[in-house]
This record gives sequence, C-alpha cells and structure tokens, in this order.
Amino acid sequence: MSAPRKRLEVVGKSRRRVDGRAKVLGQLRFADDLQLPRMLHAKLLRSPQPHAVIESIDVQRARAHPGVHLVLTGKDFPVPFGIMPVSQDEYPLAPERVRYVGDPVAAVIARDEQTAGEALELIEVKYRALPTIATPEEALAHPETRIHDYGESGNIHRNQAYEFGDVDEALAHSDHVFDDVFFYEGNTHLPIEQQASLAAIDGEGKLLLSSSTQNPHYLHRQLARVLQMPASQIRVIACSNGGGFGGKCDPGGHEFVVCKAALLLGRPVKIGLTRQEVFYVHRGRHPVLMRLRTGVSQDGRLTAMHLQTLLDGGAYGSHGPAATFYSGVLTPVTYELPRFKFEACRVFTNKPACGPKRGHGTPQPRFGQEIQLDKIAEKLALDPAELRLGMVTRPGSLTASWLRVGTTGLAECIRKVVEMSGWKDKHRKLPAGRGVGIACSTYMCGAGVSIYWNKMPHSGVQLLVDRSGQVTVFCGSTEIGQGSDDVLAAIVAEVLGVDTGVVRCVTGDTAITPVDLGSYSSRVTIMMGNAAVQAAERMREQFAGAVAEQLGTTPERVVFSQGRVFAAEDPGRGMSFAEAVAITESKLGTLSAVGSYTPPKPPGKYKGGGVGPSPAYSFSACVVEVEVDEKTGWIHVPKIWIAHDIGRAINPVLARGQVIGSVYMGLGEALMEEQAFRRLPPKLSGALVHRIPSMLDYKSLTALDMPEVEVALIEDPDPNCPFGAKEVGQGPLLPVMPAVANAIYDAVGVRIDELPITPDKVLAALELKAAGKPPRIGPERFPEVPYPKPMFVLPPWEGGDGNESKMPRPLGVAAS
Amino acid sequence: MSGTARIERRRNVQLRLSVNGEDTEVSFAPYKTLLELLREDLGLTGTKHGCELGECGACAVLIDGEPQLSCLKLAIECEGRAVETIEGLARGNALHPLQAAFADHGGSQCGYCTPGVIMTAKALLEREPNPSRDRIREATAGNLCRCTGYQQIVDAIEHAASELRGEAK
Repeated sequence: MSAPRKRLEVVGKSRRRVDGRAKVLGQLRFADDLQLPRMLHAKLLRSPQPHAVIESIDVQRARAHPGVHLVLTGKDFPVPFGIMPVSQDEYPLAPERVRYVGDPVAAVIARDEQTAGEALELIEVKYRALPTIATPEEALAHPETRIHDYGESGNIHRNQAYEFGDVDEALAHSDHVFDDVFFYEGNTHLPIEQQASLAAIDGEGKLLLSSSTQNPHYLHRQLARVLQMPASQIRVIACSNGGGFGGKCDPGGHEFVVCKAALLLGRPVKIGLTRQEVFYVHRGRHPVLMRLRTGVSQDGRLTAMHLQTLLDGGAYGSHGPAATFYSGVLTPVTYELPRFKFEACRVFTNKPACGPKRGHGTPQPRFGQEIQLDKIAEKLALDPAELRLGMVTRPGSLTASWLRVGTTGLAECIRKVVEMSGWKDKHRKLPAGRGVGIACSTYMCGAGVSIYWNKMPHSGVQLLVDRSGQVTVFCGSTEIGQGSDDVLAAIVAEVLGVDTGVVRCVTGDTAITPVDLGSYSSRVTIMMGNAAVQAAERMREQFAGAVAEQLGTTPERVVFSQGRVFAAEDPGRGMSFAEAVAITESKLGTLSAVGSYTPPKPPGKYKGGGVGPSPAYSFSACVVEVEVDEKTGWIHVPKIWIAHDIGRAINPVLARGQVIGSVYMGLGEALMEEQAFRRLPPKLSGALVHRIPSMLDYKSLTALDMPEVEVALIEDPDPNCPFGAKEVGQGPLLPVMPAVANAIYDAVGVRIDELPITPDKVLAALELKAAGKPPRIGPERFPEVPYPKPMFVLPPWEGGDGNESKMPRPLGVAAS
Repeated sequence: MSGTARIERRRNVQLRLSVNGEDTEVSFAPYKTLLELLREDLGLTGTKHGCELGECGACAVLIDGEPQLSCLKLAIECEGRAVETIEGLARGNALHPLQAAFADHGGSQCGYCTPGVIMTAKALLEREPNPSRDRIREATAGNLCRCTGYQQIVDAIEHAASELRGEAK
C-alpha cells in the first residue's frame, strides 16, 4: 500500500540526535562505566616477545597472591576464534605460541585492578624465541619461519588474482602506460574509549556480556563457539561505543576471558584495556605496497589497469580475507575502465593484526590511483578535474568486474568542489609553495554478503506501539557514535508521522533485538533503514485500515503527519496518533510489526564475486589546499573542500559531522598517523617492538592543526536506500590522502608516493629536485609476489555472462 | 615488599572536598587518582578516561575553576578543593548552554570526549566570554576527539558563548 505523498517532516531536517542529551550530561553509560555488586577485575599478561614458543607458564605465585580469585591461561581455551570463518586462528590466551608483542598469554582475576596488576608480575613465562618476520618482503623470503600452519603457503595468508578482459593486450594498444608503485603505511583507529567489557551471570544462570563492540551479533556467535555453550544461553549487549572506526569489529581476547571467568566464579568480572593494550589489539589499516599499471588513450580515457597489492597482515587473520579483496575490488567503480586485472596477497608478520579501519582496504589503492591520475593529467596536459569528469562511470552501468553502479553523483561532486574551492583560479596558478590537489572516491553502502554464509536477512527491525502513543523500535544495530539510533528513530518517525521524541530505540542487544549484522562496511543506514521502513510501513497499514472508516475515507487516503492521523481530503477531521493507536489496538489487539532487509543478488557470479557488490555506492570529491615551507618541509593545510554524494541526508547536522570527521581522519593519515615498528638491536633481543604505543607518540591532529572544512552534500536519492540515503561514515575519508599528495605536487613540484607525507620526506624530495634528479619519494620497486593464475572473467561488454570463462588468448602468448 | 605491607598501604583514607557544589566526604584507597575517585568511589562516571597518562584530555574536570586532567591528579591532593564535573553542569533538568550547543550543533558524536571538552570550554568562557574560533581551537587543543574533526565542537562553543553573553545582559 502506498500512502498519500506528503512532504518529508523529519528526514532531511537538522535535529538534536536522539542520544544527544545523555551524551552531553555524561549520563550515557559506556562499557567501562558499568559497575555491579561483587564485581571482580581482570588484567591480561601480554607477551614481550614478538615470536616465541611458550615453554612453560608458572602461575602458582600469582594464584596465591592475596585478593586473586582466578588465573587463566591458554589451557582454559581450547577452541580458537576469528571473525571470518576461514581464519579461526586466534586464541583468547595464546596456548603454545606468541606471534606479536602484546599477544595475551594469561589473565588474573582479582578483587581490584591494582591487585590483578601485582599478580601479573608474579606469573613466570619461559619463552623460546623464534626468528621474527618484520615486513612482507621478509615474510615472502622466509617461508621456513612460518607464523601460522595454515594459509596458502609459507607466510602467505591469502593470495588471489582476477582478470576481467585481456589486460596485457589492452595495455599493449594504449597510447600511454603509467607504471607506479605506492606505499601506504599502516595506522590505527585510536578511539578515545579504550575497549572495556563486563561479564555477569544473570538470575537465570545465563551469561551476559556488556561490551564496547561494533558487532554484537558476530561476537555472540564467537562466544558460543569458544565457550562451547548454546548461543541461547548467552546475551551480548553492545554498549554505546566511544568511537569505533572498525577497531571494535573483531572479538577481543579480553571478551572471552571475562566471560569464562564469570562462568567459573559466578561473579561479575570486568576488564578495561589500557591505552597501550589498545595499540596492541589494533586491527587497523593494513600497510599496503601496490603497483598500478594503467593504460590511457591520448584523449584521456582509461583503457585498462593492472593492480597488484601486497598487504602486511600482522600476526593473525582478523578481517584479512575481506581486506585482501577490498585492496582492489572497488577500484573500477569511479571511472570507466574497460579491462581490469587485480592481484592481491596478504602475508603474516610478527606485529599486531591488521583489520578493518574506516574505508577497509580501499583507501590504499585509491591513494595510488588518484595520484597516478594526477600524473596522467599532467602528461596529457589536461586539467585533473576535467580528466576525471570525462570518465566517471554512468548510473546503472556495470564495471568490468560486474559490480552494478547504481546512482552516482560523482560528476556533480567534482563540479561542486571545483566551484567551491575556486579550483580553476588556483590549480597551477598559485604562487610557489602553495598548491591545490583534487581526488575522488567511492564507497559501498554495506557489503552484499554476510561475514558467514547464510540466507537470512542482514537486518531486522521490530516495532511495538501501544495506546500510550509511544513507539518502541528494536534493532540489533550498534551505536558507535555515528548516529545509528538517530537514523532509526528518524525513519520510523517519518513513516508514522510522529516526532522522534515519541520513539524509543532499543538497540544492540542479542537477547531482545532482531539480528542486525553490525556497524561495519557502512551498512547500517541502508540495511537497518530499509528494514525500519518496512516495519514502520506495515505498522502504518494496520493503523490506516483500522481508522479509515471513522475518518470517512479509505485506508490509502489516511495521512500520518505531525503526530496526527487524518483523511487526505479533509485534514481538519482527524485524531491524534495516540488515538489512532488506541482504535487500532481495540480492533486488532496487541500491535507489532517487523521488517527485514536482504541485499539484492550481485550480477557477478564468479567465485569471489560476492565481495564488492553493494546495494548502492556513495561518491566523494575533495580539494585540498596546502602551503609548503621549502626550508623545513612543513606542510600547512589552510582549507579543505569536499562534496559527498549521500543520496539524501537523514539528519544534515550528523551527516556533515561524519564528512568532516572523515576528512579529519584522512588528513591525519595523510600527514602523520602511522602504526610503525622497529627492531631492537641484537643485544636487546632483536625483538620487533611497537615504536609508539601511546597517544603522545602516535601523532594525530588536534583542534589547532585541523583546518576548516567546507562541505557540500549532494542529494540525489537512491532507490535502493531508505528515503534515498546512502552512506556517509567512510566514503569521505578516501579522497583526502591523494588530494593532499596532489596538492603538494602543485605547490612545490615533488611527488610523495607514500604515506604519511611528513616534512622530512618533502625535504628529501626537494633536495632531489634541486640536484636535478626525479623529485619523488616513494617505494622504488614492487617485489616478486607468487600470485596464482588469475581467474578470467569477460567484462559485460565483451560477451561475458558474469561467470568465469576462458581467456581468449592462451597464457604465455604475448599480446600483439 | 611483602603482601601484608601492600594491603596495609591500601587502607582507606578519608577526604573532604566539594563536588559539584556539594560537600562530600569519601573513604578511598590512597593510591587513587581524582579520576578513579570520581568514577569508582563517587559513581560519577560522566568523567571519562582515554589514556590515564595525561595525553587525551577526556578526563578534564575543573578544580577551583581551573581545567585539570583528573588522571594526573592524586585524589589525596584534593582535600578542601572544589571539583566540578559534567554531572554538575545542568541547571536543574535544563541543559547548560554549552551542553545544549554540543547536542544541537554536532559537537558530540560518540560522546566520549564530550565531558572533557565541555568542562574545558566552560573554563574558557568564564574567562573569555567572546573567544575567536582560533582561540577556541587553542584552548581545546589538549582534548583529543576522533569523531568530529573539531569543527562542530568549535561551532558549538561559539554558539554557547553567544547564548551565555545574551543571558548576561
């Protein structure tokens, strides 16, 4: 049933977010704010060795320490975990082997944190050191020092190759081929809230875990697996997260530890990680070395691209299999690319595991591609903005890799930032030392497939309404600061014609909310939102059917607006929303409605084609202005302009906040953020240690460093999205880093092909320039990586059907 | 040190101080910081922690009107001092103008750094009722925020400042 059209009353209006009041009062309870009677405290002993066999652990003295209730070791956790079914390679406490400095090996549960900390020092662990692997190159060169006994071979965790059309042939026939190598250093999420968890046994004997997690549903499944308990006996509550950015997507060893301890002791057990531990848990941006060979025609059209990536995965699988795909699969979505070859390899090293960070695997190749386009534009004497405008993908088109591009506002984004920034008067026209750079990007609105294979909905929403006129919405979605509760309330309020003030959100609780897969892959607004629209429309249908007669109209003509329910033809004759609910409740009994959402099937049918498809893609374009001091290499960013194709902004003040916050995080990655390691000298064990596990040394932008950002929201509603709303939480980060690099080139004529772009690199490049050498800092070569034979898939325009097919030219025969 | 001595050292001490305008007497373990005292012994969990090393600013409170990092302050040093936390800011059930502005202008996203930033801003506006955007950025540079990119925090403080100046008339 389609309701009479009305103007949007909630969606699109800037409002105080529904959880805003609790936050500014300090009333919102984060996980570490929870306290329970008889609560005990846990602390973890972490390995000081980057790679070693645990020969023995003696916990006798710790166990005897006054105030200690329990000591756990790897023996207590025989079952491994891992967020992805193909990488269950991690134990809550390492049983036999440690693989990075910070790997947890034992836990003490005591009456307070102080006592637990004292007891940790009484645990004696004998390690036998093993050779360490510091870099992907070392990992490939030393397969005999095997970090895990699973994976492709040696230290290769994932290795894959796809070819969509004959790329070598297309490159051979291109007017120009650009061949560049880029490096993107790893960095970490640095949420201000450190992970915390509280486990307790409820009155019925069931386990309750309240935790700072982005993905309570996946955590729920993993707890059942590791603790070997039925999932029905476990309840996970995702507390509001004090920032996530992907860092709270993986289950953490500490979560299993407090659950196990609560089950053994029958008392609540809490843990709060220290900042140093948060650096060790990590799961942040993969360092990626990449090579892009790109063919271009003289008039500025792409002919083909061969992208190779090498990911430094750190010590465990984490989301690595997905990250490996994402280091390439979204590359063809922005610009028309007739043929595409993508080879990716993720290796293990003895460092904290990398995982998903805002943009998950896609910022790295985007960084390379958007700098390379700047080089292409210069070579072809084209304006970089015009070059991009001339080749944006068309709405509804397919990529060579069979991704369906839905709506796209990329051209509009480019035009908008060009106009806002005064690009045409600035690019190649500013005085020496000042410059502007442009870059674009795309991001998915939710992964098309779940992390584990199933045919069930990705999001479910349930509504309860009663005669009080209150609307309670239940959804497993997780508020991590991005405003998902506000989106949920706004969508329900819009459909039912009420104010968000009468909507109560109950979210992120596996015992009482329908499953939502979690706050990752920018999926929540779209998937939860579509489920919420369906539930609210079903609810509205019940009301309309029940009250139509009394209003003297038909159900289709009943309008829900501003807390009133009335007939379209006679708005004066109506009733309050609460009255309409009471009438409906009298006729139908207790009122409830559910909605669910499953993404559409992707057009690509080849194996692996499930990663990359999304119900919609957001697009962004960004211009960065820089001032570079040629004496010191110091980079000052006075202003950033960004346009983001959001489809429709549900709450513009929040949407703008997501865009500016993304720009902030991207600028930090561009200029300073790095999760870097160093090897101690041999006399100090030669161990691989974290260079900077503290906020003072891990540089991030402060309020003083952050420029003003001018934001344009491009609103062209997408039919696959609730009220047309696409994602905004991740996409706007992506164009910032390459735009900075391109601006620096415009300012001082040096290419910095690696991140972060620090003053010392700029100075070194300026020295090369002064010496008449190529003014470039970046990786010199791409190593030999034993990629597998690519799976060949014909692009849609070459007669393909989305399945794997035979390469038209036998391998080994040179392209003519 | 023997285990017994450690427990002895942990015997509670008494402290009297003013918390959000109320005289408060509390018995607590002497090694605790003001942050721990507030959160663990007084139940005032509105004050957050992000590092407990003085790096992030999440734990900022006012001590005798001065913004201070409560994670670096031993509670025992606060005898007779006046401590203000986020819980003491609202006027009855009505939000303080800073709180309202943060809620309305996007100054608070995840909300975790928010109490510390608001307390820092309160001290600023009491001293300088009409600060420039640059001055606001300078005054809050010790409060790290990973969500907002700071711009909407600056917007919120500007709005609150203007609201507070209006009230003073």
